[in-house]
Amino acid sequence: MTLMHLSLTEQSVFVLAALVLLSSFALLAQTRLLSAVHAFAWQGALVAAVTALMASAGDEPHLYLSAALTLTLKALLIPWMLHRLIRRLALERHVETVRRPAVITLAGAAIVVFCYWVVLPIARLELAATRNILAISLSVVLLGLLMMVARRQAVSQVIGFMSMENGLFLAAAAATGGMPLVVELGVAFDVLVAAVLFGVFFLQIRDSIDSLDVDRLNRLTETDTTTVPGTEARP
Amino acid sequence: MIALLVAVFTPALGAALLAVLPNLTLAGWLNVALAATSVGGAVTLAVEILNSGALTAHGFHIDAFNIYLVVLTAFIGLTTAIFSRPYMSHVCQSGRVSRTHMRLYHAMFQGFMFTMLVALTTNNLGVLWVAVEGATLATVLLVSLYRTPEAVEAAWKYFILCGVGIAQALFGTVLVYFAAQHALPDPSAGLTWTTLHAHAAQLHPTVMSIAFVFLLVGYGTKVGLVPLHNWLPDAHSEGPTPMSAVLSGLLLNIGLYAIVRLKMLTDGALAQGTNPHLAGQLMMGFGLLSFVVAGLFLHRQRDIKRMFSYSSIEHMGLMTFAFGIGGPLATFGALLHMLVHSLTKSAIFVTVGHATHVAGTQAIDHIRGLIRTQPAVGWGLLIGVVAISGFPPFGVFTSEFLLLSATMQYWPWLTPILLTGLVIAFAGLFRHLQPMVYGAAPIEQRAVRANMLPVALHLGLVLWLGLAIPGFLSRWLDQATQLIAGSHLL
Repeated sequence: MTLMHLSLTEQSVFVLAALVLLSSFALLAQTRLLSAVHAFAWQGALVAAVTALMASAGDEPHLYLSAALTLTLKALLIPWMLHRLIRRLALERHVETVRRPAVITLAGAAIVVFCYWVVLPIARLELAATRNILAISLSVVLLGLLMMVARRQAVSQVIGFMSMENGLFLAAAAATGGMPLVVELGVAFDVLVAAVLFGVFFLQIRDSIDSLDVDRLNRLTETDTTTVPGTEARP
Repeated sequence: MIALLVAVFTPALGAALLAVLPNLTLAGWLNVALAATSVGGAVTLAVEILNSGALTAHGFHIDAFNIYLVVLTAFIGLTTAIFSRPYMSHVCQSGRVSRTHMRLYHAMFQGFMFTMLVALTTNNLGVLWVAVEGATLATVLLVSLYRTPEAVEAAWKYFILCGVGIAQALFGTVLVYFAAQHALPDPSAGLTWTTLHAHAAQLHPTVMSIAFVFLLVGYGTKVGLVPLHNWLPDAHSEGPTPMSAVLSGLLLNIGLYAIVRLKMLTDGALAQGTNPHLAGQLMMGFGLLSFVVAGLFLHRQRDIKRMFSYSSIEHMGLMTFAFGIGGPLATFGALLHMLVHSLTKSAIFVTVGHATHVAGTQAIDHIRGLIRTQPAVGWGLLIGVVAISGFPPFGVFTSEFLLLSATMQYWPWLTPILLTGLVIAFAGLFRHLQPMVYGAAPIEQRAVRANMLPVALHLGLVLWLGLAIPGFLSRWLDQATQLIAGSHLL
């Protein structure tokens, strides 16, 4: 099977999915928070576009709803919330120093190869068209994870977390033709609540350590012998 | 059906009600009343199920396996609510928690119960995921309720690690749905557990085994399996004590419940393949690792709540291991262990809550002479730890004995590891416990008002289960064993 044998819709789905993967790498390399939020919004929009394409290709009307949900949530609402928080926390000019950017990018590439290897047994089925999508969405999930590991800044970690969710949305929409509606709604609700809670946490973290550098959240360790955490008040 | 709705949706109603109720005394009582209503619904439902068999309707599926967990969850929810009423009003009076946060606490306590009951009763794997994630979201603000830097750090860790873990589980769920698309006559029912279970043999084995790995990692994070356990001691030690009791006693069970349900599907799909026990072997590996590592970590703890959360990891590891072995004996033992562990561990956390109020600290080094200052708390802690370490005549002994026999039957060479692990954990708990309950009490240490009713109730039940398991309960567990392992034990 070559790419030319696929229908136009399938080809466009592949192109868009590849762009989603590209945006994951953009997120990984982006050190300015606002630009990272923008890249994240674009990723959400691309996932929504894939979902809409699948809806028109498979004639599944409930996927349109899911696409609209993804667009509102991932491309508009959550980026807007992050934007507002960044301005409220006065982090617009914040440039994060990423340690070993070359290693991280190479690790990202290795993750993509690994994901293609994981889905190899699935690719041997007759479902060749979906294997790319599965590999790409798994890569997006794991690249989000890598971003969370590589960054020390709470906002970047949240962006990594949300981009993992984008990978999952992509998998659900493109590989399976959309989950049942009740599940889609439930997942979207959870993501929304999580986004709100993250905002609450930014403020709590800043109040408690006066910074959003999560490396400084280091009071709870196994071998701590000097301070004992969490003491309850005496009556 | 009505009993089911009462059991599951009372907490949802309660969460909405308690969020807006300004009177805190009333809220505390209402919390107890709502939990009691939920228990009433759960027990009625259990009687219905035991008399007339499994119930599948409106997206819910109740069989012998989950109904026993529903009753357990509702019951521990009730006793914890009874404990939390005076405890939290005490915390509120001491000024550590504002009135708004108390409302948040009550609302989220009920919200947490709701998500757990939905996770247990739903027939849809997607809704199961949503509910388990919902349980994280409901509890994460409670972990940071005290707003100390440690509490905020613990909550952040909890949120991030569980969020990442649970994302893997969603990917696994998508893969299951993907497998179902090609196997089921009606692909849109591809997340309905009963349908999937009926057609498990047609599901593609490779896709299912990849999916199971993701699901095990995802829900395993919730269970606290090593090496995904980092969030657990922090979250359990920094949150308010009633939360520690329900997190340790109930939330971990939900993760394991999800894994067992999915193992049943994976086993069905792999039955004809080259390695039919892949899922079980993975669970055994993770379970045994958690069991041993947590036992060793017990020795190094300096915070009393952290110590008992490691003990929870240890026991969850043991249960995961047992469900992994499969077979009726191990499954029966694991189900019984789930029951007695939840009862004992929540009783211990309740006692620990009082003990920290007596001593004014959570540091093991500074909790001394509990029996002298307040005999009820001291003895409660001592008996609780004796029970959780697996001494006869308590129920934990019975279940651990069953698990050891099952190991000897199927994997004899693992028995020494298991026995060593039990001894290590026992030593770890007792070296810290002994000075805490005996020892000389500091002069200014005073007794506090303590409600030991939940502790007495739980430990009494555990003792009863150790001496004689009542006939209806053993038949009940046997039905669940039949569902999971495919054959009866009794």
